[in-house]
Amino acid sequence: MKKIEINPITRLEGHGKIAIFLDDQGNVDDAFFQTVEFRGYEKFLQGMPMEEVPRTVSTVCGVCRAVHFMASTKASDGVFGVEPPPTGKKLRELFFNAHYVEDHCVILYALGFPDFVVGPQADPAKRNIVGLIEAVGKETAKRVLSKRGKAVKIFELLGGRPNHPVAGLPGGWSRSISEDERKQIVKWGEELVELGQITLQIFDDIVLKNDTYMELVTGDMYKVEVGYMGSVSPDNTITYYDGVQKVIDAKGNVVGTFTGKEYLDFISERVQPWSYLKFPYQKKLGDWNGIQEGPDTNLYSVGPLARFNIIDGMDTPLAQEHFEQFHATFGGKPVHHILGYHWARAIEMLNAAEKIVEIASDPSITSRETWTRPTQVTGEGVGIIEAPRGTLIHHYQTDDKGIVTGANLIVATTHNNGPINLAVKKAAKHFIKGGEVSEGMLNYVEMAFRPYDLCLACATHTVSGTQTAMEINIFQSDGTLYKTLKNI
Amino acid sequence: MMSFISKMFNETDGENTNSNISNPSPVDETERHTHTAPQHLEDVATSIEDKDIAQVKAEKKQTEKSEKLKFAFMLAGGCAGCEMALIDISEKLVDTLDHLEIVFWAPTAADVKYKDLEAYPDNFIDLAFVDGMVRNTENEHMVTVLRQKSKVLVAFGACATVGGVAAMGDLHTKDELFDYAYKQSWSTDNPDGVLPTSEYILDGKYNLTIPAFTDRCMTIAELVDVDFFIGGCPPHHDFIAATVNLVLSGEMPAKGTWLTSGKAVCDVCTRNPAITGEMRRPVGQVFRTVEGQPDPVKCLLQQGYICFGPMTQGDCGAACLKANMPCRGCGGPIPGIKDFGARCLTTIGSTLKDERTCDQLMEKYPQLAKFVYRYSYTSGMIDKRKSAESVPSRRNLP
Ligand code: SF4
Ligand code: SF4
Ligand code: SF4
Repeated sequence: MKKIEINPITRLEGHGKIAIFLDDQGNVDDAFFQTVEFRGYEKFLQGMPMEEVPRTVSTVCGVCRAVHFMASTKASDGVFGVEPPPTGKKLRELFFNAHYVEDHCVILYALGFPDFVVGPQADPAKRNIVGLIEAVGKETAKRVLSKRGKAVKIFELLGGRPNHPVAGLPGGWSRSISEDERKQIVKWGEELVELGQITLQIFDDIVLKNDTYMELVTGDMYKVEVGYMGSVSPDNTITYYDGVQKVIDAKGNVVGTFTGKEYLDFISERVQPWSYLKFPYQKKLGDWNGIQEGPDTNLYSVGPLARFNIIDGMDTPLAQEHFEQFHATFGGKPVHHILGYHWARAIEMLNAAEKIVEIASDPSITSRETWTRPTQVTGEGVGIIEAPRGTLIHHYQTDDKGIVTGANLIVATTHNNGPINLAVKKAAKHFIKGGEVSEGMLNYVEMAFRPYDLCLACATHTVSGTQTAMEINIFQSDGTLYKTLKNI
Repeated sequence: MMSFISKMFNETDGENTNSNISNPSPVDETERHTHTAPQHLEDVATSIEDKDIAQVKAEKKQTEKSEKLKFAFMLAGGCAGCEMALIDISEKLVDTLDHLEIVFWAPTAADVKYKDLEAYPDNFIDLAFVDGMVRNTENEHMVTVLRQKSKVLVAFGACATVGGVAAMGDLHTKDELFDYAYKQSWSTDNPDGVLPTSEYILDGKYNLTIPAFTDRCMTIAELVDVDFFIGGCPPHHDFIAATVNLVLSGEMPAKGTWLTSGKAVCDVCTRNPAITGEMRRPVGQVFRTVEGQPDPVKCLLQQGYICFGPMTQGDCGAACLKANMPCRGCGGPIPGIKDFGARCLTTIGSTLKDERTCDQLMEKYPQLAKFVYRYSYTSGMIDKRKSAESVPSRRNLP
């Protein structure tokens, strides 16, 4: 059997790779997405005072710069049995929405758009952010980057630092904002709304108006039929910072909802010896049943597409219009077309920007009451948030002084591990036939996992990667190297 | 005070324990070898920042007939936050990219591969940044190759310079880390107790391989020669813009230099008693940040909230303090400090009033090593004799 290995060895630790096996006819027999890293945060957080965890665990990933911080800060509320005062909660939400905008923006422009703007079969050397800057023009690029920079400014103002923030405390937030700062945030927020609109315009012009791309977007080669999970607000609209977790199966039926520690009743993570990344599945839908899609699978996805499949609508007017267009285009939930992730991501970016303006427009947010002082230690806390890439769960146990004794983290890319494997296998099967492996197919396989915005840093609680440089090594069945293909 | 230090360490780095917060960097000349004299980047950078980047470039062109600067950015075992800091220079990035030819930037910006890097001639790259520490043999190999291909190599950020947060994994054994993650953690379903293995044949036919995890981390300088060091987790993006301008100007300081303002966090902190004109008093009580809301104007350390400002490089402008949170040392040690954690204990210890307060510190932060070495365990001196044997490629620290 021939083995094709796609290995992003330009990413130093090899972060993730793909192994494709061909049968004697040269068709794809099976394909595997493997993560190759591990770091062990869960263990070395033990012995730390719980309130020191957020700023420390933030370094799990520097791209997802607010999410581990925020989930663990929420978990720390539980550990100390304390709720933040309304202003503390609003500041957290404001801060978190700023992260959404800057993160979704980077991911779309650096990762999602180059495939479409520069072209899926374009010279791979140009299919990156530098090529994108060339394609859209320097002035547009500057405008986008400068506007995105405003989200980083809000992040830094509230969080204390532009990355790996520090302002979260069990029971609230360590700093308040002045009236001047509040007004400034509203102004910045308005620029971010414009950024969201520009981005959706680009998506509309380049993807939605292009029939060839729309064939890919709505085609079967990028369709993965699994269940979905994400947070919903009480009125079943989108929410990122707080909500109830809702799970649907691949047919769209609600499996159940849960909060906090109940996640253990819903999710199990299977260990496979060939990947550092575990494989979560929905326990309520049966025992581990392998990596399979279809109406009865117990695998599920998280992230923008998952959220769009479980909610009834957005909670801001501009984003709502796009949400309706999204579902009208695909026609019917759940949408299993994974390129829809990119579109949903752009709409969420606009939504988060609108939320920033909404939250910051409330003058009461300048109250000095940002923190409720903890008076007890409960010894356990679970923090669940919707990270840009999907549901993130942080669970801690502590001793009676609030010193961590155990920790468990389940991150977005981990939830998506099974579906990513399926997506890769499907694209490989579609594009590789009769032993024909061309350079061009390579990017099509990559395009199968880019929508998930896989963050292997988070997933392995270690190093990340957003752009993937790849090499495919094709081995003969006797293990000798047959051919090497590169995407540059 | 020495009692709790000796409980932590068999040896201290023998530094003067009477350090003074208002003058937090008494540098013993014999220790200068860990850092050469810091260039006052701020001064150089400000003069450069005043100029338009195009002007700097024009001046550079006059002095040398060079094209764009060949630039590489490599992520070793880090979190990519350092690379995001470069993206965060925002619109300046577009102009910066005008002056840099990216010959390697994985994973964030470019699709250039490892093999291509290997194929470059030696010294092909003008300027290379590495973020992240050395965590596995692949890192080891890649960083070595990058060094060979680069004229100037910069260890960028806390992981690359002193180890970073994830280096705290080295306070446990590999077995402990794996067992916890793959067997004991609460949502794991692992009936057969399998662990990820570097080579595995699935269903008797699919041969799947993944790299192995090494026994300990190394900083970049433990492995190869490093020309410049930049601290921070990550370095502040304004500081990066200044650094890039500095490099473009060609006015680089001496090899082995930390590109830093050379000031401690305390020096740039508005709460510093030396600035506010307050008397410094021995600290009689230690608080965790969860125990009270500190006065937003006064020195945190003076209020009993342990702050590592005295021994940390202050290129962040005392960022955490502005959010009313204490410094945890991400900027890296100020010049002259060999072992950050040991210095923390000696300096903090000397500000505590008595034995009782020292005991209180140890009670509140029971795993002191995970407190004082939050960012710098790898560059510390603990346990190095043992590990020097287990990692043959380790170079003695300069
Ligand atoms: S220094 Fe900090 S931001 Fe940079 S790679 Fe390491 S953990 Fe990430
Ligand atoms: S608050 Fe911290 S950084 Fe500021 S002066 Fe005091 S010890 Fe130094
Ligand atoms: S105050 Fe300390 S921990 Fe905070 S950013 Fe500055 S150096 Fe890093």
